[in-house]
Order: sequence, then structure tokens, then C-alpha cells
Amino acid sequence: MTTAMSNKWDAGQLRLSPGRRRSDTRMRYVFTAAGVTTLLITLLIIYTLFKDAWSFFWNVPKADLWTIGWFPRRGMYDIKTLFVGTLMVTGVAMLIAVPLGLGVAVYLAEFARPRVRKFLKPIIEVLAGIPSVVIGYFAISFINPNVVTWLVGGANKAFNIASAGAAVGILTIPIIASVTEDALRAVPMSLREASFGLGARRVPTTFRVVFPASISGVVAALILGVSRAIGETMVVAIAAGAVGGGLFSTDLFQPGQTMTAAMAALGFGSDQVAGDGLAFQSLFFVGFLLFLMTLVLNVLGDRLVRKVREEY
Amino acid sequence: MMDTRVTVKSQDGVEGMDPNNATETAPVFRTRDLAVYYGDFRAVRDVNIEIRGQDITAFIGPSGCGKSTVLRCFDRMNDLSPSARVDGTVEYHGIDLYGKDVDAVEVRRRVGMVFQKPNPVPKSIYDNLAFGPRLNGIKKKAELDEIVESSLKRAALWDEVKDRLKASAMGLSGGQQQRLCIARCIAVKPDVILMDEPCSALDPIATARIEDLMQEIKQDFTIIIVTHNMQQAARVSDRTAFFTTEVNPESDRRTGVLVEFDDTQKIFSNPGDDRTEAYVTGRFG
Repeated sequence: MTTAMSNKWDAGQLRLSPGRRRSDTRMRYVFTAAGVTTLLITLLIIYTLFKDAWSFFWNVPKADLWTIGWFPRRGMYDIKTLFVGTLMVTGVAMLIAVPLGLGVAVYLAEFARPRVRKFLKPIIEVLAGIPSVVIGYFAISFINPNVVTWLVGGANKAFNIASAGAAVGILTIPIIASVTEDALRAVPMSLREASFGLGARRVPTTFRVVFPASISGVVAALILGVSRAIGETMVVAIAAGAVGGGLFSTDLFQPGQTMTAAMAALGFGSDQVAGDGLAFQSLFFVGFLLFLMTLVLNVLGDRLVRKVREEY
Repeated sequence: MMDTRVTVKSQDGVEGMDPNNATETAPVFRTRDLAVYYGDFRAVRDVNIEIRGQDITAFIGPSGCGKSTVLRCFDRMNDLSPSARVDGTVEYHGIDLYGKDVDAVEVRRRVGMVFQKPNPVPKSIYDNLAFGPRLNGIKKKAELDEIVESSLKRAALWDEVKDRLKASAMGLSGGQQQRLCIARCIAVKPDVILMDEPCSALDPIATARIEDLMQEIKQDFTIIIVTHNMQQAARVSDRTAFFTTEVNPESDRRTGVLVEFDDTQKIFSNPGDDRTEAYVTGRFG
């Protein structure tokens, strides 16, 4: 066809030049190094966490791990106080974030007109961008006086678990909403057409076809949400009662202490703990437990997803 | 210029949405000056066509000629694209399908659709079949079992799947999935089955099975099939509509038009329009 091609054919044109080969190899090293570095940092964090957690666990009198509350300065490391506090905050947060987050996601993915979606989605992302310290003060200056104490007469007027949980819930809504919405929108249009074509309305289509098809994404969203709620520190440090909530309690409307807030308190020194004694090491012990909790959650979630997953 | 040669028949006694009220001779669908727009783009214009019951009607034509768009008017699937707008009228047994008080969902329960890409929902074979009947309020297991079995038998799929009804429909081959979709359509006992290039994702053997299946069910359902494959249209259909595209010289955009609608034999042996002849003889498209 082109004479130039047929006449000047030369096997050398196919040869890989040494320079090109070197640069390919170099790039492979760069990216491998990036991957390995991340892995090393993760391992380093786990090691640091584990080392002090281990040391704490062997040095603490075991009776101190099960007392009337979390008072590290007095040598009381009641783990159940923190655990129950964390559980309550997370529970309240999920009570708010799951219905609202899933609701927003379903609305955006299945019901909203494109123009409304374009307008609403950035607003939800703004919510995700509000610093948690601001939400923490929102909890004590608005949620607690205007909502919680108004609804429940006996609630603590300054700090309580319910207000902190509600605020954590607000922080969690955008995560659940955006991950769920992505999952719903990833469901191919052809599945919705199958359902509509059989005479299904939008609601049955959403709940019998789209939702089951995206269940792995929805479960992932919920796990991310729970992890976020468990890990949230600033809001609970401000609004849950912190050091004042160290006494063991299962009352949602009284101050409480969570794992993260307890760690922060130790770090800030608001517990008046000095030096790197046992009390300081307890920080790592709690951190390690926190790490285990989210790890278990993720593994469970992964299992669940694999079990209920419906491939499309 | 529009040589549509439709057989105009009376539609006396057509009342209400119930197809059983329709007389044998009334057309199942009749369009008048049908045009569909996506935003300000006119995809197809001036379609006047009558579809007879118990026929297989094929829509053929080059890409972009609007044949699928017209098909999707018959079950109001176009409603799902927010930008789509329909002009003119589409009558179903004499009822204006786009009338104010017509519920698109009720239309789709009578006018089923089989899509280009087999689209079983990611559930079991049984649940796919039972989906439509359940929507219609059938809950008794015995009744659902019966519908599932008879629909799969009609779609010539029963023998292949009867031992694994609880297995995921996603595990079936493409041809089996498409027959499953046809069975799923049959399960709601529709009046019309629309097929939008149902074999374009299938190999020749699976295609032949679908074509056989169409012949077997044609006495019970009015079938309209959109196909890129002219041989397929010639093999399976009684009537064929040929669509083509016209380029608007001002905007350089293409709009689909219906060129000719007649008995399939006539379209392929002695078409009335040069463009049809050029297309069916392979000189264009």
C-alpha cells in the first residue's frame, strides 16, 4: 500500500532501546517502593501499638482492668466502661446515620431528578467536610440543649452519650450515603429495565432488584460507617463527658467515656497523667483493642459480603 | 414519500385497556405521526404504522434509524430517560398510550420486553420467573411453581434448568439467559412481547433456538422484533417495517424515518421503495 513501508522494512524498528528498557525498569522500582513503603508504615504502626499494649497488659494488675470506671491516674483501667461507652455512642450514631444515609442514597440514586442530584450531592459532601471539632461543639451548644434535654427531662444538661452519639451520627451520614449511592448507581440500567419491563414500579424495583444487586456495596458502606463512628474522637472528647464520664454507666443520657476519647485525654494530659508509666501505656492498650475491633468488623463484613453477594 | 402501505382495518368495539375486548381485526398498535425527541434532538419522526395481533413484525434498518426508539414507545420504556419526549400518538387497542390517565406500569404488564443484552436479575432462576407474578400479587407457592414451570416449558428451557431452579440465573449461558428473559416475560401473561435485538449477543445456535421459540409462541402473543439481521427478519417475521436515517442538511443530524411497511415476503422480494431495495440487497447499510 504505502511504498515507503514495504521498501524500507527493517527489523531494527522493533528493537527495544536500552534507554527505554532502563526507564521501564526504573519506573517499576519507583512504584514497588511506594507499595512497600505503605506496607512498612502499617507494620510499624501495628508494632508500636502492640509493643506498649503488650507491656501494659503484663504489668497491670489484672484486677485493675475490671473496676468501677476508667480513672488511669488512680490506677483504674476499667475496659468495660470504655467499651460500653463506645458501643452506646456507635449505636446512637447508627440509629441516626443508617436510615438517613441509606435514605439519602436511595433518593439520590433512584428518585432524584438529575438537576436535584447535581444540587444536593455537593451539599452532602460539604457535610462530610465539616471538621469534627465543629460538630462536637454543635453537639453541646445545639443538640444537647435543644434536642436531647428537651426530649428527655432527666438528661445531663452539659454532656451525655446521646448527644455525642447523635453528632457522630451526623458525621457518618455522608460516608454511608456516598458509598451506598455509588453502589446503587453501579447497578446496570439493564437490571432496572428488566424490572420496569415486567411492570414493577420504582419502589419494588429499588428494593427487590437494585438494592439486592448492590448489597456488597451497601454492607461496605455500613461497615465503613460503623468504623468511622467507633473511631471518631473529637466529637466524643468534647460532648460525651470525657474525663468526667469515667464512671461506669449504661445510661445514654449521662456522661460517658469512649475508647477514643479516653486515649485523647491521656494524650492531651487532661487526665493529669505524666511520664510514660503504666497509665500512659494504657493508651496503647486501648488503641490496640480499637484496632482489633475494626479489624474484626472488616473481616466480618468481608465474609458477609461474599455470602450475600449477588453478581451482576 | 412515505410509502407505508398499512392495512387499515376497522377497530369497532375497542374499549378499555383489556385486550380481550378488542376485536380480532383491530390493530394492536397504531401510531400517528409519532416522533421521539431526546432533548432537542429528534431521533425519529412521522412514524405511521399499524401492528396486527398474532403477527411477528420485524423492524429493520441501519443503526440510528430509530427502530428501537419506536419499539420503546410501545411499552413506554422511553419514560425512563428523563430527556425523552414523545410527539404524536401511540394507540394500544385504540387507547392513547400516552394519555394523561394511562399508567405506564399497567402498560408494561401487558406489553413485555426482551432486551438486547440478556438481563436476568442476580437472583435464582426461580426468583427471576416468579418476579413478575409476585408483583401481580400471586403469593401461593403452588401457583408460583406452576407458572414458573409452564413458562420455562414454553421458553424451551425447562429441561435444562429444572434441577437447578434455585441456582443463580447468572450462571446460565447467554442463550439460556435470553430464553430465561423470554420465559420471565411469558410468566406475566402479556398481550405483546417486544424484542429489542434479542439475538445480537448470541451465537448462531442460540439464535436459532430463540427463532424457533418465537414461532412456537406467536399464536399467543403479538411479537415485534427489532433486528440488525435481515436474514432473521426474513426467517421469522410475517410483516417487516424498514426504517432508515435522513440527514438534516442544516444541523447535519440524523433522524429516523419509516420507509416502508409490508408483508415480509414483499419487502424482501419486491420492495416498493428504492431505499428498501438497496438495503435488503446489501447495497447500503
